[in-house]
Amino acid sequence: MSNAKIQEKRILTSGNAACAEGAITAGCLYFAGYPITPSSEIAAYMAKRLPQVNGTFIQMEDELASITSCFGASYAGKKAMTATSGPGLSLMAESIGLGVMLEAPAVIITVMRGGPSTGQPTNASQSDVYQTRYASHGDYEIIVLAPSTVQEMYDLTIRAFNLSEKYRIPVIVAADGILGQMMEVVNLHTNIELIERKKPQVPPEDYKPFESFDDDLVPGMAIAGTNYSFYVTGLTHDIEGNPQMTPEAAETLIKRLCDKIKIARPQINDWEEKHLDDAETVILAYGINARGVPEVVKQARQEGFKVGYVRLKTLWPFPDELMERIAQMGASKVIVCEMNNGMIIREVQRFRHLFTVSGITIPTTIPFSPKFIYERLLKEV
Amino acid sequence: MNPSNQMSIPSEAPSHPLIDMLNLNRFIFCPGCLIGTVITSITSCLKERGLTSKDYAIVSGIGCTGRSSGCFKAPAFHTTHGRAIPFATGLKLANPKLKVIVLSGDGDLFAIGGNHFIHAARRNIELTVLCINNNIYGMTGGQVAPTTQIGDITQTTPYGNVEPPFNLVSLAAAAGSTYVARWPGYDTLRLQKSIFKCIDNEGFSFIEVLAPCFVQYGSKNKLGDAVEMLEWLKKQVKIKVDWTPHQATFDFKKGIIICGEFVDEKREGYSKKIEQVRIEVQYKKIKNKDSKEEYD
Repeated sequence: MSNAKIQEKRILTSGNAACAEGAITAGCLYFAGYPITPSSEIAAYMAKRLPQVNGTFIQMEDELASITSCFGASYAGKKAMTATSGPGLSLMAESIGLGVMLEAPAVIITVMRGGPSTGQPTNASQSDVYQTRYASHGDYEIIVLAPSTVQEMYDLTIRAFNLSEKYRIPVIVAADGILGQMMEVVNLHTNIELIERKKPQVPPEDYKPFESFDDDLVPGMAIAGTNYSFYVTGLTHDIEGNPQMTPEAAETLIKRLCDKIKIARPQINDWEEKHLDDAETVILAYGINARGVPEVVKQARQEGFKVGYVRLKTLWPFPDELMERIAQMGASKVIVCEMNNGMIIREVQRFRHLFTVSGITIPTTIPFSPKFIYERLLKEV
Repeated sequence: MNPSNQMSIPSEAPSHPLIDMLNLNRFIFCPGCLIGTVITSITSCLKERGLTSKDYAIVSGIGCTGRSSGCFKAPAFHTTHGRAIPFATGLKLANPKLKVIVLSGDGDLFAIGGNHFIHAARRNIELTVLCINNNIYGMTGGQVAPTTQIGDITQTTPYGNVEPPFNLVSLAAAAGSTYVARWPGYDTLRLQKSIFKCIDNEGFSFIEVLAPCFVQYGSKNKLGDAVEMLEWLKKQVKIKVDWTPHQATFDFKKGIIICGEFVDEKREGYSKKIEQVRIEVQYKKIKNKDSKEEYD
């Protein structure tokens, strides 16, 4: 670790600061951002911390530049991050596609606020769940993590760097306005496994930038400033990086880009579950909105209802295997709680052949209270 | 870009003098286009300076010139439309030892990427930016560009362009660029002298290279074929010494294009300044070892 000052330590801090400190812990040495509520504290924290650890902070002219410069820094060998909110992520959409195509690791934090357009900058929301998944045009897979506590703002930011390096893909952490601003106690870790990107597996003269030798379909990544020459392009390309306009080239490339994430789903997907062994009804929630659910389930079980819950920690790729598991464990009903007009619920509805699906999907700005969820639950069970 | 004009390299062709530094199979430019001349000019300079592919990186955007990065045997990045400069900014700041060269067109750098250009110039970040100006969007079929002159016919100005163009030299100078020059693409000697100065300048350097597009611009405005257009350009070019950016007239109607060096000054570059901040911060940190501020 470059920073010997970080020791196992408990601190009281905000979600945004915990996220930024997580990035420093993960080895992030480049941050480019543009001010936007409610994420600006991440940039402010990085502006202060990065020079201390030999890193670089830059406030760019807009979000288009912020994310693109992160991919530049990534190809110069640094771990890079940007942070924004919905309107900024809209601007980053274009370059998210570039990052996927160039297979450049980088982490994007989006602290969700209300939308569409300027929406409610100071409020929380979960309405960008589709945006994180489908921001850019074209067929691609992406990894999106959903923290629920300030501790997870720290932990999942570190995990985002690890996944990003391992699979050579931009990883998005989808937090929200409340989580970014609220303060909780966080354990800062010392012994964390940090994953570094795969290096070129052949000498410079044999190197082809998009040739993968392993089962994980991830090519070794050369960086600028070494003896490796390589050409990477946002155009559809072959393993040498040559632009290729044939249908076969499109199929080969897009299949590999998607498959490298699809086959890694068991390693990527993560969730918390409780009482699935006897639950007939399962409440599914994520992010800030999941925080009231354990209390609801506890109350319901005291009243004799067989209720369990799952909390998604990864939103995308969507954990299909969790849906199958819920059905195998015997639940017949899933209730999805989310602070939007129904996004994750549509993914869950793909499994209506396994259980019935209902939802509490409201485009609101405050998380559902346990009382509110409980009252709705009573109508369902 | 006219695909039917793509050059094919016969296998028995004599070896190119820069073969070690160029990917000849990625030269897809129309015969008569000066993009290739600019690429070889850059490569010649890099070679003469003894720089190898671990010392530099090439970044381009989208368009005809966007395809130029692939011609270099080096870390070369073909990014999205208008974003070459931000990508290059990240590369440079993450590895300040790299010489980072941005090579892109007038539409890419000054329409969709205009904001990035002025801010990079304002920061005086150590990048070399070459704009290959053909006064039109060539790749997409010849639409009006921010450099198209008033009255010119393009695909999207069939009755003549009514918008005044940017003067790229005065724009770059006003934004804070510490080296600004304009050369016709055929004048490779002066162009290469300029490229050397850019490589040595520890700040934001900009060269506008005039490279007429006979396929899109010439045909629509009845300026003839590639050779005739070069003759047409040559008649208008006036090379001046020590002229200011305000005097850098670019006017096809009057037939005057002032070329030369317009800005050449020393100002500390952005990555150097960032390094100074780091040193100051870390020195203070050592001095106040038990700083309580660390996690606030």
